[in-house]
Amino acid sequence: MKKTLICAVLVLAMAASAFGASFKIGGTGPLTGGAAIYGNAAKNGAELAVEEINAMDGTVKFEIRYEDDTHDAEKAVNAYNALKDWGMQISLGSVTSKPAEATAAENFADRIFALTPSASSAAVTEGKDNVFQMCFVDPNQGTASAQYIASKGLAKKVAVIWKNDDVYSKGVYDTFMENAPKQGLEVVSDTAFADGNDTDFSVQLTDAQTKGAELVFLPMYYQPASLILAQAQAMGYAPKWFGIDGMDGILTMEGFDKSLAEGVMLLTPFNADATDAKTKSFVAKYQEKFGEVPNQFAADGYDCVYAYKEALELAKATPDMSAEEICAKMIEQFTTMTFNGVTGENVKWAANGEVSKDPKGMVIKNGAYVGLD
Amino acid sequence: MIFLNFFISGISLGSIYAIIALGYTMVYGIAKMLNFAHGDVIMVGAYVCFYAVSRYGMNPFVGVVLAMAVCTSLGIVIERFAYKPLRQAPSLAVLITAIGMSYFLQNTALLLWSSNPKVFPSIIGRGSFKLFEGKLSVSHVTVLTIATCVIIMIVLSLFISKTKLGKAMRACSEDKGAAQLMGINVNATISLTFAIGSGLAAIAGALLCSAYPTLMPTTGSLPGIKAFTAAVFGGIGSIPGAFLGGLMLGVIEIFAKAYISSQLSDAVVFGVLIVVLLVKPSGLLGKQLQEKV
Repeated sequence: MKKTLICAVLVLAMAASAFGASFKIGGTGPLTGGAAIYGNAAKNGAELAVEEINAMDGTVKFEIRYEDDTHDAEKAVNAYNALKDWGMQISLGSVTSKPAEATAAENFADRIFALTPSASSAAVTEGKDNVFQMCFVDPNQGTASAQYIASKGLAKKVAVIWKNDDVYSKGVYDTFMENAPKQGLEVVSDTAFADGNDTDFSVQLTDAQTKGAELVFLPMYYQPASLILAQAQAMGYAPKWFGIDGMDGILTMEGFDKSLAEGVMLLTPFNADATDAKTKSFVAKYQEKFGEVPNQFAADGYDCVYAYKEALELAKATPDMSAEEICAKMIEQFTTMTFNGVTGENVKWAANGEVSKDPKGMVIKNGAYVGLD
Repeated sequence: MIFLNFFISGISLGSIYAIIALGYTMVYGIAKMLNFAHGDVIMVGAYVCFYAVSRYGMNPFVGVVLAMAVCTSLGIVIERFAYKPLRQAPSLAVLITAIGMSYFLQNTALLLWSSNPKVFPSIIGRGSFKLFEGKLSVSHVTVLTIATCVIIMIVLSLFISKTKLGKAMRACSEDKGAAQLMGINVNATISLTFAIGSGLAAIAGALLCSAYPTLMPTTGSLPGIKAFTAAVFGGIGSIPGAFLGGLMLGVIEIFAKAYISSQLSDAVVFGVLIVVLLVKPSGLLGKQLQEKV
């Protein structure tokens, strides 16, 4: 047993050296704990991309390592340091916003380039020239949602239910509230919840109902949203529902009654049911490897690695360069290149690290996403 | 009418807190320890019930009985390996162990059942009774939860006050050393308390997830903390106190959300708790015990 193990290690080591060196790419994310669903999805997506790229005969090869941060800022910095000791040259930042704010500061100080798949808070990239995002930032989602609701004439009177102990929800809520009146929307009901009282939504829903909201905006993840939909149905309240990218995943919840989500609209960068070749191949491979339909976090992780591949090739970077040299080249590439991935076509980045891609409006019909436009 | 509707929402939320609080208070009353893993035993019970009903198509009530069996055994095992060796240790050590056990259960559940939330099938459907021409509705789950709470409360009170084992429990609670001298098997009595508490957790888990149907490895932890608060509110150690405390906590929480601010509801709930404890340190129905010098 021991011998075979040693042999295996030797073979692996030889294989690695025979291939020539590869870029060491590292990221942190919640692989355990309450937010593990997001961390594992991003990690799976990124690993799948690395596997595909290493199987191609290109010049760029990767070695990837993910460390667990349990959605905790302090643990994320420890995880980041472990990756640095391992020799990480480029970083995938952190998966969720709170830890990402902490690791992004380290990335900036150490001059290690970071492209986070899904940490969407604006503070992640603010004031850091080498931290970029693959997902659209929270404020954009709030603005885009308000514009979308108004331009499609979905409603005049709107209710918002948001989670006030969550930077993601609060970020979207703030910009939505700022932009809704500008778009001619009237926010008639504004109610919140937090961890620990996120089971009973009767008060929030009654408030929206009695004030005559025609549409309820839900800037939150899908787990509380599923409770809200069920409780609204039980009390016989049927407004239009509008969610953001965190709503993605509601249909894959085991045991979820899909009829509850009928007619729910959401803005998301990724649609697993899209029929273009790139998405189809990604979804099929992901399903085969991990046994589930990829959500947008998996798609973001996957796109990050491909964006790196493209940028490294364009910059003619080699794995023997230091993290700092690669960082300078990456800043140059990411601010000039255009990327096509599964989460968007013609994706570009601004110098402040924000991505520009169009959120797609989706509506749930017969238990599946359908494009709104 | 809206006021009454909020009141009923408060009662339904409170009844869930109450049924969890019964388990907390039972274990605290006898063993004098805060079993912070109680919320996680609830989660295990809910998962067992979920798999029995959703995956293997069993009758929901068979599922609950199965969950009770699993949780009771789990409670005995936890007690045997984590708490029993610490019987003579300071209570702080036991408290930390209980918190550790809570994390252990959560993370084991994460490995076994993954972090993806599951939607729990209600054990009695999602219907509701309509009153006043449909202006008021009380869901079946709420009625079942309150009925279950009352039954458990009566049975537990009778068990503790009338039976020989109950007498042994009361003796252990008052003075472990003296109870031992009187020929009571203190270890076995405390183990029995845990077994009962964990069995109750399984029922609470099935009812919690029937009322609020998402199930995740962290499902039990926050309601567990709230229920603990309810138990303290009602007077920890007192069985009717847990029931009263749970209902009141639920009603206060909903009213605070409705009439003060949905953002501040927890602040109001815990503010009320502080006031109650300042006025009556042993809780609403708690017994004031004289410490002998």
